Amino acid sequence: MALCDLTATDLAAMLRAGEVTATELTSSALERLEAVDARVHAFLTVTDEAARARATEIDTRLAAGEGLSALAGIPLAVKDVFTTKGVRTTCGSKILENYVPPYDSTAWSRLDAAGAVMVGKASMDEFAMGSSNENCAFGPVHNPWNLDTVPGGSSGGSAAAVAAGEAVWAIGSDTGGSVRQPASLCGVVGFKPTYGRISRYGLIAFASSLDHVATFTRSVRDAATLLSILAGHDPMDATCVEDPVPDYAAALDAPIEGLCVGVVEQALGEGVQTEVRDAVRAAVDRLSRLGADIGEVSLPHADYALSAYYVIAPSEASSNLARYDGVRYGFRAPGSDSVEMMAETRGAGFGPEVKRRIMLGTYALSAGYCEAYYGQAQKVRTLVIRDYSEAFERFDVLVSPTSPTTAFRIGEKVDDPLAMYLSDVFTIPANLAGVPAVSVPCGVDAQGLPIGLQFTANALDEPMLLRAAHSFEQDFGFSERPPLLASLV
Amino acid sequence: MPVEIDIEHVARLARLALTDEEKRRLREQLGLILEHAAKVGEVAAAEVPPTAHTIPRSNVFRPDEPKLSLAHDEALANAPQEEEGRFRVPRLVEME
Repeated sequence: MALCDLTATDLAAMLRAGEVTATELTSSALERLEAVDARVHAFLTVTDEAARARATEIDTRLAAGEGLSALAGIPLAVKDVFTTKGVRTTCGSKILENYVPPYDSTAWSRLDAAGAVMVGKASMDEFAMGSSNENCAFGPVHNPWNLDTVPGGSSGGSAAAVAAGEAVWAIGSDTGGSVRQPASLCGVVGFKPTYGRISRYGLIAFASSLDHVATFTRSVRDAATLLSILAGHDPMDATCVEDPVPDYAAALDAPIEGLCVGVVEQALGEGVQTEVRDAVRAAVDRLSRLGADIGEVSLPHADYALSAYYVIAPSEASSNLARYDGVRYGFRAPGSDSVEMMAETRGAGFGPEVKRRIMLGTYALSAGYCEAYYGQAQKVRTLVIRDYSEAFERFDVLVSPTSPTTAFRIGEKVDDPLAMYLSDVFTIPANLAGVPAVSVPCGVDAQGLPIGLQFTANALDEPMLLRAAHSFEQDFGFSERPPLLASLV
Repeated sequence: MPVEIDIEHVARLARLALTDEEKRRLREQLGLILEHAAKVGEVAAAEVPPTAHTIPRSNVFRPDEPKLSLAHDEALANAPQEEEGRFRVPRLVEME
């Protein structure tokens, strides 16, 4: 293993102890990127010069005895959905191919201020719409565990980068599972906190009532560390909650004896790959051995959550994406008047999935259909939230698979949007309800592809969520690595 | 049953120029997706209030203090076309 394969927590301790320098860590990640990214394609833009300069700065400050944050000097990938001042931000779309933002997103600026080393902007499905990263306008990302399979999406580049050691951790966005599902498929930890916990200022909007900033890490402890820096009120985002930010890493080691764990009934039913089901059952047994009280829980409206999501998300997207009109920034196609210019710009600038969702959303919000689709979906959303409220009266955390299957082959579902949408059936409800959820590796299938276990907790109960996930992770000790890395020296 | 939709009309509302092939595929795919989405209608929810945002917040204000905004040249830096410090677009209305 190289330095870039360790957890951020271990690396931060080594940095403090003077065993390594930030420059060495950064070189390790950049060398790995150089070695594998021609095959993985995790990055759309590599910011190696800025990364090395940042590492040098951190080393100088450490040498001067300055106290630095836990993430200073650790290589990070940033999904290309976050605006980064002066660094091209494409959102995976041709329409923003040459867009260089004049401002920083709050998530990145907090990490930047804490001394993070950004190695590059990670690939993604166009405008974060997709579950396989095949919708990126600049080509697909390949899963480091098997290069013929997808890394999941929409934050496929961020997930693949962390799995392959091109970054130690990453930030992404999760609107219907876009961090947890790729984390599951790439064998890393994917964590979406409560809606509003992290500011979304500068997170390019997809579906505003569902978009969350979320993280990819190699351990639950690393996820707690990142959240401690990212969370907190931001006057630039009116949907950001003002609740105090606890020390998320502090409570991780408490035992889970007596913790009430609800196993989501539907999640072990039809349509779930046998090995996924078996791995989740084994995980539940492990939690029981660790002292948790296990029970079954039903989320009666879960079956409707997917339908509600595929009304709400495209509706909000059709409105949010109206801003790409070729006037103030981005690609412009010629047109004889402004309306024709806009339609041609959007027709040529957006890819098939984005067009599909804009059309879906426009239809669902159009006169005569709005109440039947959008209005009704918002009511179903209320029922999904009530399901969770009832479940959390009895249980501290819920568990389910993160994804019904392991990584599928590139091209397998590209022509079947409905089959692709089903990839997110277990992750979508947490977005509709705004509750926090985390995916941790819980095994591999017969092909050696990772399986993810999803924990869900009540709103703002990240300490409980992370404690349960950490306890499982420590006891399970996932040690498999992508075969790709074994071939490297 | 797949839902029938007027693709031309929706594309016009969305300001989206589509090829004939795209229209054909979208008509087919959206019909099937909407058939699935229409499942939301199977839930009896007449008395259920809608949820727009999971964390109910309203009237979020900040102190009204003057601050610097984006500089003129920064705001124009990504413009597809500019002229005299403004965004240039094709004509919007007929000229006399």
